[in-house]
Amino acid sequence: MVDTLATASARRNAAHGGTLVVTGRRDVAQDVVELTLARPGRERLPDWAPGAHIDIVLPDGTTRQYSLLGDRWDAHSFTIAVLREPVGRGGSEHIHAQLSVGDTVGFGGPRNNFRLSPAPGYLFIAGGIGITPLMPMIRQAELLGDPWRLLYLGRSRARLAYLDELAGYGERVTVHTADERGRAVIDDWMPDPAVAPLVYACGPERLLDAVDRWAAPLGRHRVRLERFTARGDVDRPTTAFDVEVASSGAVVTVQKDESIVDALRRIDVDVITSCAQGVCGTCETGVLAGVPDHRDSLLNEAERAESRCLYPCISRAVSDRLVLDL
Amino acid sequence: MSIVESPSTPDAASIDPFDLEFLRDPLPHHAVLRDAGPVVRLEKYGVYAMARYDEVHAALVDWQNFQSAAGVGLSNFRHEKPWRPPSVLLEADPPRHDAPRAVVAPLLTTRRLRDLEQSWRADAATVVAAVLDRGDEFDAVTDLAEVFPLRVFPDAVGIGTEGRENLLPYGDFAFNAFGPPNELVTGAAPHMPPVTEWIGRQCLRENLTDDGFGAQIWAAADRGEISPEHAPMIVRSLLTAGVDTTVTGIAAIVHALAHSPGSVARLRADRSLTRTAFEEAVRLESPVQTFFRTATRDLRVGDVDIADGEKILMFLGAANRDPRRWADPDTFDLDRDPSGHVAFGMGIHQCVGQHIARLEAICVLDALLDRIVEVEPAGPERRHLNNTLRGWESMPVRVRRG
Ligand code: FES
Repeated sequence: MVDTLATASARRNAAHGGTLVVTGRRDVAQDVVELTLARPGRERLPDWAPGAHIDIVLPDGTTRQYSLLGDRWDAHSFTIAVLREPVGRGGSEHIHAQLSVGDTVGFGGPRNNFRLSPAPGYLFIAGGIGITPLMPMIRQAELLGDPWRLLYLGRSRARLAYLDELAGYGERVTVHTADERGRAVIDDWMPDPAVAPLVYACGPERLLDAVDRWAAPLGRHRVRLERFTARGDVDRPTTAFDVEVASSGAVVTVQKDESIVDALRRIDVDVITSCAQGVCGTCETGVLAGVPDHRDSLLNEAERAESRCLYPCISRAVSDRLVLDL
Repeated sequence: MSIVESPSTPDAASIDPFDLEFLRDPLPHHAVLRDAGPVVRLEKYGVYAMARYDEVHAALVDWQNFQSAAGVGLSNFRHEKPWRPPSVLLEADPPRHDAPRAVVAPLLTTRRLRDLEQSWRADAATVVAAVLDRGDEFDAVTDLAEVFPLRVFPDAVGIGTEGRENLLPYGDFAFNAFGPPNELVTGAAPHMPPVTEWIGRQCLRENLTDDGFGAQIWAAADRGEISPEHAPMIVRSLLTAGVDTTVTGIAAIVHALAHSPGSVARLRADRSLTRTAFEEAVRLESPVQTFFRTATRDLRVGDVDIADGEKILMFLGAANRDPRRWADPDTFDLDRDPSGHVAFGMGIHQCVGQHIARLEAICVLDALLDRIVEVEPAGPERRHLNNTLRGWESMPVRVRRG
């Protein structure tokens, strides 16, 4: 028997302002480290589906997106895998060099721009660390009994994560490394248009461009790509900031470890919440000035860029002040 | 002076939550269920029940252990065949729940609904004006709460104008069918085949207008985000869940205002409180009173063992009036922060149409506040009995105009 229901007090203190603590760290390939993350009090984490990513906010304010690759039936931990990128802007370097078990990071999301749609079958194509969003998709296709294949490309086997687990799937997985077999001919993998599987690909630009060209013969909606595009990341340290209530001019400082909603409550301004996790949309509030740090699961990239509203149950600010339409 | 014995506390285990007497006035029974412990076994149906806020909330978010795919009604789909194909939203869990939910949710966000708001506000003003033109007394249910959703929602989905009178009986039946086959179900069942057939036809692509939610759901099927078989099922979900519930929500607001003298004046003075008024109204009335979950493995709740496959009835309405969570829970309190109520559920199955319900209700409320300064009961209210929904058949009210 398992006792599944958290006690009331544990749950009410569950927010911790979007903080995760590193509970596990292991090397899963050359230059690839896998992190397991949990709430400081081990409370339940937000739900997610294959293809979802979270934002990780490092102590210096650097924010990076990482696909979730753990088991969604485990509601208490997130798993990500991070490739060390020497030419990157420091986020992955920091994680590799500095982050150890017990350290905390900020997080936002999960959000999902790479959803697994129902299909009679799937062709997954991963380049290197691009395997991360595909791992939960593969497990899900297995669960549903849908046919799938994986083409997994990389420079060498030593650099490819999760080969052990994938070996269990036998024939369905093709590993192609440049050091053993030279450059892969991607077009040889284009599925027969009559068979109609969905193609999910994640990896370097050149690989995705090659797969994207299949969209002409296969159909635009049959090819889904996840690009690791830099989203013009701003530094988003989790610091205190001011919120101004437009209607009254009242100002309150949102402390580092509280939500905007909690801060507003201190000055008797109630914002009605429901999920308190940036999932349901109940607390949506207009933003009149300032730059939000969106940590919800609701807005898509375009809406985030527009920033006309935010979810004060979970989101924060990049600017020193936000003026809210309250 | 004689001393009246207080009636002995009925044993929680013998409570029948689908008995007509219970449905007529569930509140005292809710108290008994809450006080009996975190979880109670209801003998008559061999199911468990949770009525306290903390446990209900925790179980609702925990889809991993408390599944919906075995049916959110009494019938257990592991052993019984449902009366209609199960909903791909409500009666499905991940992974099958993912794609339908991901398609519907973005259509019904507050940002998308902003396009509808202006015309819904105009419609609400028209409906309220028509009611008030007939006099100062009206029936808040039949003259108002049933009129407005039926005026705006079917158009928003994009169904045809013929046969819309089927929507309320269909919704009523669907929500009754989550309970046992009592007289509420058997009385209506013979009339259902043509109604169900009509609903089914409305969900087909060729019968939907090309600009409503229905068409957008079909467009998602074109994009391969859901399978074509799922599109009409998802439209059906909107039609099933989107009418009776909003009727009750609107009626619940009028009920709360009519029984809280001065509240109309307060809301007129501060319109920013309309959101609180709506949330308080649905907290108190909880249009959807109950839904079942099914244990996916052997669980222990409090000191009760619940075996894999057992059904557990979640009393949303009782949780929303649990004094362990809410101070003075039976009061409609505009100073309260109603955050966290479970009238719309919680977690992955939380009502996907909740923003529609809010917008409809706020449009009607604002239209009323524009015209009236007070509302009060004008006669006995009659409850409409349903195995899952709590609502009214009739609610006579009298208004004073501004
Ligand atoms: S309360 Fe749900 S998004 Fe903020």
